Amino acid sequence: MTHMSSHRDNVKDVHSTFFGAKISRLRSRQKKILPYLYEYLSCLQIQTQVLIFEIRILPSVIFVIVECNNQFVCSLIMLCLQYSRASTVLSAGGIRQQFSLPENIHLSLASADFMRNINEHLGVLNEDPVDLQFNHSGYLFLASEGVAHIMEENYKTQRCVDAGAKVRLLSASQLKHKFPWINTDGVVLASYGLENEGWLDPWMLLNAFRRKALSMGVIQCHGEVTDFKYSIQVLRNADGEEVTLKSVKSVKVQMPNSLEYQPVECAIVVNAAGAFSGKLTEMLEVGVGYGINEIPLPVEPRKRFVFVVHCPDGPGLDSPFLIDYSGVYFRREGLGGNYICGASPEESKEPDVGDLEVDHQFFEENVWPSLASRVPAFEKLKVCSSWAGFYDYNTFDQNGIIGLHPNIRNMYLATGFSGHGLQHSPAVGRAVAELILNGKYQTLDLSAFSFRRIMKQEPVMERNIV
Amino acid sequence: MAANMSACLLALHRCCQYPALALVARRQWSSSPAPPPLHRRLLLFLTQQYSDIEMLISWSSRRTRKQLHKKNVYYGYTESFYGRDVASAYFVLRMKGTFRYVGQSEWYGADQRNKLGLFEDWEFLNYKERQLEEVDLSDTEINYTGLSNIEVQRSLKTLKVSHCPEVDDWFLEKLHIFEDTLEELDISHCPRITIGGLAALRNLKGLKRLNVSSLAKISNPGLVIILLEEMLPQCDITATGYKLDLDPVMDNEEEEEEEEMEKEKNLFQRWR
Repeated sequence: MTHMSSHRDNVKDVHSTFFGAKISRLRSRQKKILPYLYEYLSCLQIQTQVLIFEIRILPSVIFVIVECNNQFVCSLIMLCLQYSRASTVLSAGGIRQQFSLPENIHLSLASADFMRNINEHLGVLNEDPVDLQFNHSGYLFLASEGVAHIMEENYKTQRCVDAGAKVRLLSASQLKHKFPWINTDGVVLASYGLENEGWLDPWMLLNAFRRKALSMGVIQCHGEVTDFKYSIQVLRNADGEEVTLKSVKSVKVQMPNSLEYQPVECAIVVNAAGAFSGKLTEMLEVGVGYGINEIPLPVEPRKRFVFVVHCPDGPGLDSPFLIDYSGVYFRREGLGGNYICGASPEESKEPDVGDLEVDHQFFEENVWPSLASRVPAFEKLKVCSSWAGFYDYNTFDQNGIIGLHPNIRNMYLATGFSGHGLQHSPAVGRAVAELILNGKYQTLDLSAFSFRRIMKQEPVMERNIV
Repeated sequence: MAANMSACLLALHRCCQYPALALVARRQWSSSPAPPPLHRRLLLFLTQQYSDIEMLISWSSRRTRKQLHKKNVYYGYTESFYGRDVASAYFVLRMKGTFRYVGQSEWYGADQRNKLGLFEDWEFLNYKERQLEEVDLSDTEINYTGLSNIEVQRSLKTLKVSHCPEVDDWFLEKLHIFEDTLEELDISHCPRITIGGLAALRNLKGLKRLNVSSLAKISNPGLVIILLEEMLPQCDITATGYKLDLDPVMDNEEEEEEEEMEKEKNLFQRWR
C-alpha cells in the first residue's frame, strides 16, 4: 500500500491518480502476476513490461528476474487473486521425486533445493523468517504385480538422474516390517522416498513469495481479466499454409463488483492461470475457429476432493504420504490423529467443475473402501471436513506446458501440471524467467514440455503406476 | 556486483518514497527555537537514510551467509590429496569438533590446540582409510551441506550436534545415510529443528539413544516425545528442559527451587 500511495503522489496527471487508486482496489479471480523490475515512471495508462496472470506460485519468476537482472527493471502489477479459490492453497501440498520423466525429477529436486534455502531466497529484512512447516516423511508408492515392472524402471531413472533422487525399493515383507499397519495383500513392490520428499504448507509458501515480491517493489492489484486487445498477423509457413499470429497489446481488467475496467498495456504476457488458462487463451480466440491453423490450449479444470478424517488408532509419526495402486492416497495431518485422504476419479466419472461443492458420496464409494482395506485401522474413522479444488488438467498428456504459445507471439505458458504444480513451482518459475530474460533455458532444459509436442501430437506421458 | 546494483536502485527508489518523512522532519527542525540535541539529530538523520541502513544490514547478512557456506563447503581439495576419510577428519577438526576413530579409545582434537586455537598435531593426515566412529560437533556451525563431508563415514555410531544453530530439519533428513550404524544422536538445544524434522528420524531404526532436550520450536513437547517413542521403540529418548504439564517426580526438584527463588525475589521487590 505504501508503494501505491507514493506512486499516487509522484504521478501528476489526474487520470493516472484516478486509475492508480482504482487499481489498488481490484479483486480478481485468478490472476497473479510475476513482477518484473522496472519502476515505471509516469503513466497515463498502466504500462507494464510483463503481465503475468496466475493463481499459482509463480512469483518465483519474479524474484529470479529481480535477482539476476538489474537492467530489467520492469514494472509489474501483481494482479492479486482471491486466494480462497486458488488451487495452490487447496492442495495437499506434497512434494516428491518419484516420477518417470527425468525432467519432472529434476524439477522436483530443484524445487526441494529452493525450499531448503528458502530464507536465503525469500527472506525479507526485518520480517519473520519463512517457515514452510515441511514434514520430511517421504512418499510411499505401492505396486501390484501388473505394474511392478513400471515401478522398477522408474526407480532406475530416479537413481540415475544427476544428483540422484534418494528412493528405496521395498519388497512386501520389508514393507510389512517397516510399516506394520499396512495390509500388504496384493502389494508386490513399494517405492519409498528417503530425502527431499514430504509435504508442506502451501499457503506459507505462497505468502512468502508474495511478501518478497511486495518488498521488491511490486504493486499488488486485484482484478479479473475479461478481454484482450490484440493484433493479428496472417503469415504463410513453409508448407504454404496460412497461420495466424496474434500479439497481445493490452489486457482489459475488470474491477470486482463494478462495471469499471482498466486496460493494462503490456509487452509480454505469462499465462500461469492454472485451471483457467484454457479460458484465458479462449479469450484470445485461439483455436475457436476464427483463426487458421490454430491450436487451442488443452488445459481444463478438473475437480478433486480432499477429505480430512480423524482416526485415533491410525499410523503414527512415521506414516509417509501413501499412494496405493488403486489411486487412493492419504497423509498424516498434524499430531492429533487427523489424516488427509482422497482419490482420483475415473475418466468417465469426472465431477462437475461448475463450483467447488464436495460430493460426500465419493468418499463412501471410492475412497473409504480402498483405504480401509489397505490400512485396517482406518475402518473406524470419522470425516471431519472436506474441500474441493481444481487441477489444471492437461487433457493431452497430463504434464506441464512451458514456453511460448505458437499462435500468440508474446504469451508464455506455464500451466497444465495436472496436480504437480505446487511441487514444481519454484523451478518452473526460474525456467520461465530464463526464457523471458535469456530466450533459452540455462539451468534445466525443459524443452520436452514445450507446446511443440501438442502440435506434433507426440504426448510426453508420465508412466506412473497409478 | 549485479545484485548490488539492483539493490542500490531499490534503495534509491525507497529513498524517493520518503520525501514526506523528510519534509516533516525538516519542518520540525525549522519551527523549534534551537537545533535539537545531537542524539535526536542523529536519529533524524538515520530515519532519512533508512534505506541505506537497510542496505548495510542486508549486505552484512549476506556476508554472514557466505562465510557460513564457506565453512561448510565440501572439502574436495583435501580429498584429492588425502582421500575421503582424512578429508572428513580434517573437516571435523576445522569446525572445532572432535572425533574418535574406530577401534581407538582416545578422542582426537580435544586438546590438540594451542593457545591460538590452532591444532598442532597433524598426525591424522597419515591415517588414510581409517573410519570415524564417534563425532562430536556440538556448538559448531555445521549445516546440511557440511554433512556431505561426513557422508562417507559408514561406520559412524555416535553423532552429537547439540547447540548447533544451523542444524535444521533438512540436516536430520539427510541422516538416513547412517541408518544402519548410528546408535546415538544428540540434537538437543538446536533452535531450528521442528516436528517435521523429527519425523525424518524414522529411518534410523538402529538408534539406541536419542537426546531431544530443549528444542525451541516444538510446540507440544509431551505429545511429540510420546510419538517419538512409538516411532522408535528400541530407542532411549532423553527429553529434558520442557515444561510438561504432568511433571514426573524427577524434574520437580529443580523447578521447585526456581519457583521459591522467584517468590523471594517478588517479595523483596514488594517490600521496596
